[in-house]
Amino acid sequence: MLEIRDLTVEVEGKEIIRDLTLNIERGEVHVLFGPNGCGKTTLLMALLGLPNYKVKKGSVTFKGVNVTYLTTDERVKLGMGMSFQHPPGIRGVKLGDMVNIAQGRKEETIDEDVIALAKRLNISIEFLNRDVNLGFSGGEVKRSEILQLLAQAPDFIMFDEPDSGVDIENIELIGGIMSELLDRNKMPSKREKAGLIITHSGFIMRHVKADRAHVMLEGRIACSGMPDEITKNVMENGFERCVELCLRGEDTEWREKR
Amino acid sequence: MARKEIIEHAGRAKTKRAALGEDIAIEGYIAGEEHEPLNSLDNFPEEYQQDLLDAGIEPSEKDRSGSFLQQDCSVVYSKVKYPGLELMSTTDAFKKHSWLNDYLWNAVPVDMDKYTAEVELEQTHGYFIRSEAGKKVTMPVQSCLFITSDKIGQKVHNIVIAEEYSELHIITGCSVSHAVNSALHLGVSEFYVKKGAKITFTMIHNWSQGMEVRPRSAVVIEDDGTFISNYILMTPVKSLQMYPTAYCVGRNARATFQTVIYAHGDTKVDSGSRAVLQGEGSRSEIISRVIATDNAKVIARSDVIGEGAKAKGHIECRGLMLSDTAEVDSIPELKATRRDLDLSHEAAVGKVAEEEIQYLMARGLSEEEATSVIIRGFLNVDITGLPDALARETKKMFDMSLEKVM
Repeated sequence: MLEIRDLTVEVEGKEIIRDLTLNIERGEVHVLFGPNGCGKTTLLMALLGLPNYKVKKGSVTFKGVNVTYLTTDERVKLGMGMSFQHPPGIRGVKLGDMVNIAQGRKEETIDEDVIALAKRLNISIEFLNRDVNLGFSGGEVKRSEILQLLAQAPDFIMFDEPDSGVDIENIELIGGIMSELLDRNKMPSKREKAGLIITHSGFIMRHVKADRAHVMLEGRIACSGMPDEITKNVMENGFERCVELCLRGEDTEWREKR
Repeated sequence: MARKEIIEHAGRAKTKRAALGEDIAIEGYIAGEEHEPLNSLDNFPEEYQQDLLDAGIEPSEKDRSGSFLQQDCSVVYSKVKYPGLELMSTTDAFKKHSWLNDYLWNAVPVDMDKYTAEVELEQTHGYFIRSEAGKKVTMPVQSCLFITSDKIGQKVHNIVIAEEYSELHIITGCSVSHAVNSALHLGVSEFYVKKGAKITFTMIHNWSQGMEVRPRSAVVIEDDGTFISNYILMTPVKSLQMYPTAYCVGRNARATFQTVIYAHGDTKVDSGSRAVLQGEGSRSEIISRVIATDNAKVIARSDVIGEGAKAKGHIECRGLMLSDTAEVDSIPELKATRRDLDLSHEAAVGKVAEEEIQYLMARGLSEEEATSVIIRGFLNVDITGLPDALARETKKMFDMSLEKVM
């Protein structure tokens, strides 16, 4: 579904992602670990095609279409979606309006469909009527993002730290809906959706089963493996040590550089 | 003040320049021909019907408690449908009620500037609206001051009185026909909100590039009285300056001003709202949203003067710049004259934020659609204090006028 090849991305003249290659197949969910500042969010933003993230080299192919230079809305129309970690507040634009927009509807009112969707995330009508993200708590931001994705129903979804700042109760709720959005509840052969989850803490992995895990260091994928193994290693030993364990005995170019 | 004295004061102020706004020459404008009265608003010429609608006027008079229409300098229609409501031209009102002299120039000083003086000396009607004590007129009264001829100088004096414990909702539109290249509108409006009474005043200005406009409005609010003003300007105007003032003289008197201005073309607007909090526990809220694009220049003022014990006033003014050749001056002012006051303001002027556009694009909107959603949101002031039906309707009128400019 998504093929990233030798991708190099610059932000404000600074190279953040270097020669990154990653394939995510239909029905797969990948998780990306990495310390703060390693380029995880930059990768997602570049995949979404935000203008400040300049692709200097390489390509991104989505559903067979080269999307490397498409605008964000064009990629979204092809089926990409994103749950933002720090979405901006927009005065006068209600969460309910965002849900309508995500559903691609022109309606200005918040109707029964929207209310029913919101209910699944314990989101009240009052909350739907609040200006999006303005004064939202950490957990409220996550639920609002997931609600918009439920409405949008993308084929490939990126989640930027869906577990940060969320209490235990809500993590379970969010994880449940993420699993549903990503077809995790279906038989592997029936899974149509794909996803890429960024997590610093790894908490969300208790609630969403992934197929592959990667550790990102300094703008590239330093090691990859089974999610359980990588999660365990990262949790117990930290990012760098995990990478070292992954690479033990292997003589890679990357290791030499270190 | 006796009428003779008033005229003397006006005479002395004939050439007095206004404190704010560029000085405009008012001599060249005329009163024009008298227009024939109408039997119903539907009979108003077809070519003007859309202008009425754009100014928030419902020609069918459905869900209206009364209607008033002044075309140029002639009152062509005035009808009341609701008992307890009075509606007529100010000229007729003065013939009917001798006591009305007590209200004349009692909120706005006649010698404020040459425009108020001109309205006294060369008045061409205006409306008088009054709700009787205890009567709650929940359906809105609609009034429209409409200019259809070139070179007209409309010089109206409006007086609105909500007697004790009564309620009055007014939709007023000032409009001008497309055929008019240049005209003048001077409008003095004096509002009196008596004890426990409430007035909501929703005004749509539907001007054009050739209009020079100088409204002069003031409100006197007594104990537990409420005044809410919603002002919408979405069309270009050559020059508009106004600074309506609410005097909260009574205990717990409340005033709210909400202003929405979308200034484009070569529009020049100097618009403010002022609240003078004299009564104990009186409160005011001033909210303004200004968008400036093209070469528009907007001065957005707001002023709260706290004089009464435990008075509370808040100002929130926001500006959005859509061009590098437009200009917004946001000038919020607070004046405190004692300790037990709570006065605050927040002001911000900015552009459409990139990250907000990107966020909306990530939900599938094009850049253009995203910008339009943000602008709508920016102007989306929750209109408070109106009855539900009226609030919905105001929202609709607002959306319609926004649709035209976007």
